[in-house]
Amino acid sequence: MKKFLALILALSMAFALVACGGNSGNTTGNNTNTGNTGNTGSSDNTGSSDGELIRVGFAQVGHESDWRAASTNSAYEVFSEENGYDLSFVDSDNDSANQIAAVRNFIQQGMDYIIIDPIVSTGWDAVLTECEEAGIPVFIIDRTVDDSDKYVSWVGSDFLVEGQACGEWLKAYAEDKGIEELNILVIEGSVGASATIGRTDGFKEIADREGWTILDSQSGDFTEAGGQEVMESYCQSYAGQFNVVICQNDNEASGAMTAMDNAGVTYGVGGDVILVSFDANKPYVEMVMQGKINANFECNPMAAPTVAELIQMMENGETPEKEIYVTESWFVAEDNVTEITVNGEVQPVIHVTQEVLDARPY
Amino acid sequence: MKNKLKKLTQQQLFLPIVCVLLVLCVNVVYDVAHDRAFYDFFRIYIQNDLLNGRIINILNRGSEVAILAIGMTLVVSASGGTDISVGSVMSLCASFCCMLIAGFGVSSVSSAEEFATPMIVGLLGALLMGCLCGAFNGALVSYLNIQPMVATLILWSAGRAIGLLLCNNLIVYIRVPEFGVFGGYLGPIPTPIIIAAVCVAVTSIVLKKTALGMYIQSVGINKKASRIAGLNSQKIIFCCYLLCGLCAGIAGIVASSRITSADSNNIGLDMELDAILAVALGGNSLAGGKFNLAGSIIGAYTIQAITTTMYNLGVTSAQAPVFKAIIVIVIVVIQAPPLKAWMKKRKAAKASVQKEVASV
Repeated sequence: MKKFLALILALSMAFALVACGGNSGNTTGNNTNTGNTGNTGSSDNTGSSDGELIRVGFAQVGHESDWRAASTNSAYEVFSEENGYDLSFVDSDNDSANQIAAVRNFIQQGMDYIIIDPIVSTGWDAVLTECEEAGIPVFIIDRTVDDSDKYVSWVGSDFLVEGQACGEWLKAYAEDKGIEELNILVIEGSVGASATIGRTDGFKEIADREGWTILDSQSGDFTEAGGQEVMESYCQSYAGQFNVVICQNDNEASGAMTAMDNAGVTYGVGGDVILVSFDANKPYVEMVMQGKINANFECNPMAAPTVAELIQMMENGETPEKEIYVTESWFVAEDNVTEITVNGEVQPVIHVTQEVLDARPY
Repeated sequence: MKNKLKKLTQQQLFLPIVCVLLVLCVNVVYDVAHDRAFYDFFRIYIQNDLLNGRIINILNRGSEVAILAIGMTLVVSASGGTDISVGSVMSLCASFCCMLIAGFGVSSVSSAEEFATPMIVGLLGALLMGCLCGAFNGALVSYLNIQPMVATLILWSAGRAIGLLLCNNLIVYIRVPEFGVFGGYLGPIPTPIIIAAVCVAVTSIVLKKTALGMYIQSVGINKKASRIAGLNSQKIIFCCYLLCGLCAGIAGIVASSRITSADSNNIGLDMELDAILAVALGGNSLAGGKFNLAGSIIGAYTIQAITTTMYNLGVTSAQAPVFKAIIVIVIVVIQAPPLKAWMKKRKAAKASVQKEVASV
């Protein structure tokens, strides 16, 4: 019996070792790969000066969601060799130590530009100073860096505008439908996340201006399980009192739909409740088309094209602005509202059809 | 009358039950203050052909922690250490289950015809994976004598990552009603409640009807003495970890079925801490030895009761953790041994004073 167990133990440990070995082998494989392409790139540089590739290092957060995958793919597409770039991509696996190591590696490899999507917002000053000393311009995308300003530009979403757009659309929609009283429930994202803060504040600003009632606002932690639990509770606390539910990301919206189904509350086009979501991942844009979600406000993961423009600006000797927002689209299920005014700026609202859906890259 | 009350207060389960009632009382006070009926929180009603109500929510949402608490109680009792890998193992099992059902690399399944393997294979696979993880932990702790926290730290950090690898780094969606049953409803009753009840019933019957419960306690109290008395201490500790892994597997299936997907980043996140807290709230010593399974289960539902109370009270998300912490502190302090001893002493002193007065 003991021997048998020892055998199992040995096997399982061997399995674990193989698993780890395979994993690390993979990553080192990747590293050498990127290193190689980097080398060939530089040898090309020395060979012919007119076909010079711009060497870009990108330290990505990880691969935790479809949104992240879209961000990665967009970088691969934009910084391709045909476009005159040589991209070294590192997936930091949501580990900030990995990410900082990757950036240091980029410095050693002598990249022309470095792009970072910082996993954490602090602890960057030292490594960004190193970049500055090495004379490599750094672009920050998506998430923010709080403790250092030694980067060229930050490119990302304006969550405040997303929240305001949501409010402006709701106002226009309610006016068109003749809904006079809006009683709103909000399912917030993770406490303290910049997306949560921006979307909450932006929406609240409009809600306060219009005198809407926000019945409750609780965190669903950006997860489906969280959204489900919060909505379940809402359906009991505010049964029959609410007609708008705002979910601050798609996963929460999915959970909220399950909870409302269970409680017998109808939502979407023709339902009792107006359901609004943020992020606009493709499966959820499809739900907008089907009329399950009334409106979905995009959080654009495609920072790479904007960064490419900035790099071209710098190549031409110009200095880009410090904060740059990517353009984002607002998707709705009905065509009664075609444009909204956010902060005095007229923005189009896209009525989702099959064509719109097919054109979505993520 | 006085005797009866005394007997009642000396019951092992008295304090855990008082604590959960205390939490529920907060809701009664709140509801009355807001012109609602005092029984509002306890109302159970049928809506849309499904059982509904706050109490049902507590029982439903608390199921995963309750299932985990079963395994955790046994582990704590036998080895005097905690298994901190259960949350990660949950996530790993959920990912494995969805991977088997959907097929490797497939990120979304929307009908039963697209299943790569029958659902039962996925479910059994998840349970097997749970057992395997439990066996791994158990082997390290019992046969290699590694500290439980260190041994289970391996899977705590690796479990979620392996799950991600199995799912090819994607969230695997299985949007099929058949798969949603385990986290949804069976007839009018939420299935997780039934699953948790079955797990608790089976475990307590096994512990009551066989000598296993006694063996576990004796190993926990004194490993060496138990061995000399003829018990195979190592095997018993190994079995406890195995069971704990199995419980994590079951909880993983429930959690992933709830959201009909395998979200390996979020399933079971921090749930190991809830499970350990449940054991502690149930009046069990984390140093091992004697245990009370019912206490742990009550502890698990106490934690969920606190969460549901926060929702009922409409405490904002930013402040909720503070309130939770305060409630937990109060509960733990009520159950602290020095406080208990002090109460006893006071009572004795009072009694002796009364006696003196009577004799004079």
